Amino acid sequence: MALTPPEAKIWWNEKVERGELVWIVIAFLWGLVMFFMMVYWHLEGQQNLSNEVYRISPEKFLAKTEKFTEQYKVREEAGIPVAKAPAGSDVYMLARLWEWWPILELEKGQTYRVHLSSVDWQHGFSLQPVNVNIQVHPGLEHVVTITPTQTGEFSVVCNEFCGVGHHTMIGRIHVVDK
Amino acid sequence: MSIAESHSGIIGGIAARFRTCPATGLQIDLAAERLIKANAVAAVVFLLVGGVFGLLVALTRWPAVHLLPADMFYLVLTAHGLDVLLLWILFFEMAVLYFASAVLLNCRLAAPRFAWLAFILMLVGGVLTNIAVLQGDSSVMFTSYVPMQASPNFYLGLILFAVGALIGCLVFLGTLVIAKEEKTYEGSIPLVTFGALTACIIAIFTIASGAIILIPTWLWSLGYISHIDTLMYKLIWWGMGHSSQQINVAAHVAVWYAIAAITVGAKPLSEKVSRTAFLMYILFLQLASAHHLLVEPGISAEWKVFNTSYAMYLAVLGSLIHGMTVPGAIEAAQRRNGFVNGAFEWLRKAPWGNPAFAGMFLSLVLFGFLGGISGVVLGTEQINILMHNTLYVPGHFHATVVAGTTLAFMALTYLVLPLIFQRKVILPGLAKWQPYLFAIGVSGISLFMMGAGTLGVSRRHWDITFSDAALSFDYPSAAFLMLGLNGLSAILAAVGGGLYIVITVGSLLFGEKVTADNVVEALGPMPTRKVSEAVKEYGNAGTFHLPGTYILVAVFFTAFVLYYFVNWKYVSDLWPMG
Amino acid sequence: MATKTKEPEAASERIPPMQRLLDNPFLLLFLGVTMPTVLYLMWGLMEITQIPIAE
Repeated sequence: MALTPPEAKIWWNEKVERGELVWIVIAFLWGLVMFFMMVYWHLEGQQNLSNEVYRISPEKFLAKTEKFTEQYKVREEAGIPVAKAPAGSDVYMLARLWEWWPILELEKGQTYRVHLSSVDWQHGFSLQPVNVNIQVHPGLEHVVTITPTQTGEFSVVCNEFCGVGHHTMIGRIHVVDK
Repeated sequence: MSIAESHSGIIGGIAARFRTCPATGLQIDLAAERLIKANAVAAVVFLLVGGVFGLLVALTRWPAVHLLPADMFYLVLTAHGLDVLLLWILFFEMAVLYFASAVLLNCRLAAPRFAWLAFILMLVGGVLTNIAVLQGDSSVMFTSYVPMQASPNFYLGLILFAVGALIGCLVFLGTLVIAKEEKTYEGSIPLVTFGALTACIIAIFTIASGAIILIPTWLWSLGYISHIDTLMYKLIWWGMGHSSQQINVAAHVAVWYAIAAITVGAKPLSEKVSRTAFLMYILFLQLASAHHLLVEPGISAEWKVFNTSYAMYLAVLGSLIHGMTVPGAIEAAQRRNGFVNGAFEWLRKAPWGNPAFAGMFLSLVLFGFLGGISGVVLGTEQINILMHNTLYVPGHFHATVVAGTTLAFMALTYLVLPLIFQRKVILPGLAKWQPYLFAIGVSGISLFMMGAGTLGVSRRHWDITFSDAALSFDYPSAAFLMLGLNGLSAILAAVGGGLYIVITVGSLLFGEKVTADNVVEALGPMPTRKVSEAVKEYGNAGTFHLPGTYILVAVFFTAFVLYYFVNWKYVSDLWPMG
Repeated sequence: MATKTKEPEAASERIPPMQRLLDNPFLLLFLGVTMPTVLYLMWGLMEITQIPIAE
């Protein structure tokens, strides 16, 4: 009984029943499949999170993003500047209480280097309805390479709790045809 | 012999007072018994408090009800996480540790005074943190990610609680040492005690991680330290935050084995296999703290893949083994009890009217199908991009911690009441239905949150309509339906949980005293054993054919593989990124 | 326990190493704390401290 000591003093040498053994082998192999699936996707898959990351002060990231926005601003939307950088270039988006800034306009099929960081607390970059979710830290500049494959209006919801205005924190990415 | 009759026993020259359990003949150290009672009662109180907070959360998430204002929602959500995820569970686990050591090993508890100190520290810490949260300046969620800051007492309370729990773990280890020295058992410790040891070891790593990160964070909140690195905080915090839930896994698996043993007379199919499965937990389960860091910047894919997979899924292997050996042991026992017809007579004729058995089996099934599968899928590095911080995450862990651990602990309570508190369970007609009600409610909570999460809905979010936001966005309308159904499920779970509390507290106050004459009856309906003597034989080494278990395991495995690859399909549809 | 042991007395002296490991709570404690400390905490912290500084 599981509540009493094993009846045999040496239980390690007891034979394991065949059905149990078969399941252990299957379960072990399945574990290997799942493990190598992740490795395989790094080699052959298209969706992997980059680990190009730099330490940066919030002030410096703010300055970089402001410079970028000033240079590429094409219009405003709800008082927020919309930046459209050349196809395939570096673009910046910062998170702060409680907005994603600026709004980005990207071209479909082009690959961008998106620089993400926060200037205050942690935030969560949740691109909807595509459903890409990335954690954003203050002090860390994360460069994510991304290639939009659909056109339209996409929203960036904050999905890391960041205080009482958390649920109003929403940003925008437009994807347009060339 | 009257159960109330107790006597002094002198073991190893040290006096301890014991009573003899009429059901098992075990010597029960009265000091251990009092501590088990105190910890179990504290656990149930925090379950009540945390459960009420949980219901408020679900009713606010329900768009048509939207009960609380934003600030209250975040406050209540913080308190809900703390009270049920940490306080209810760890108090109950302390009771399980003392039971699995002192009671099962027929031994006196080591240093009962320290165990009381542990209890008091945990209680003071728990209350202090709750007060800090309820004062309104510590709505930082259970995770309290820096640089968001709570009041110093929030961290101090957690530190006191952790120190208390650590002392409790040491008392458990001390009791193992005493039992061995005083030879209160022969050979190896029982499997259930081994499971409890696994939980204790994981708890020690958990608490150490908590101390490493919470002490500096407390000093930071007092102004003595100027900066805490956000990523380091998160890495170490999850060494506590996730591992604490792994304590639960080890503990509730031990509880499954215990309940199966008491209610149907199940014995482990193989001590070797079951203990090796626990060893896999000891070595690898804690690595899965990485599940929370898969979309973090600044940590390599190598680290992520290795840790998130518990070193090539070796801890998952442990769970998959228990997932077969627990039902397998039940099937073997039931076949010994005489239910040999077809593949499933053993299951059909199981004591489904006994809430201990029903709760245990539901916990096993729900933990495996809902919690286990979703956990592995969620913890796959690339799939996590789809799910991180969505409602899928709480959907997953309500299946593990509530449908798995909480339900298993509730089931155990129906045995602890007659065996330790020596009270018969009141309202047996309602008690019979309690596990089912709670299980259905929690399954709904879990499935509908996972559903909403699959649609992208953020967790910890007060208003998914974004009505106050400068820009607008609409989640799919199905998400609103899911959150409505989540609210209804939460009400059902709350009824089931409330019933549990009424029955438990009512039994303590008004339950009929259990004596040697009625103790077996007090344990609830059991299968009538057709071959009683055969039960004592060891069911090892191919003597039993277990077709029912093989079919259940095959169904489970098929569901697992299909769901796993469906999610890879979703990943492959995402925008390419690298 | 009704029956004490099925093994002859001589065998009890040769308890297999794996069983001895599983019967030793403090060795298990050591392993259970060391593994995640090295593989999860230390490896992770090492990577976090090596994040380069932005230009």
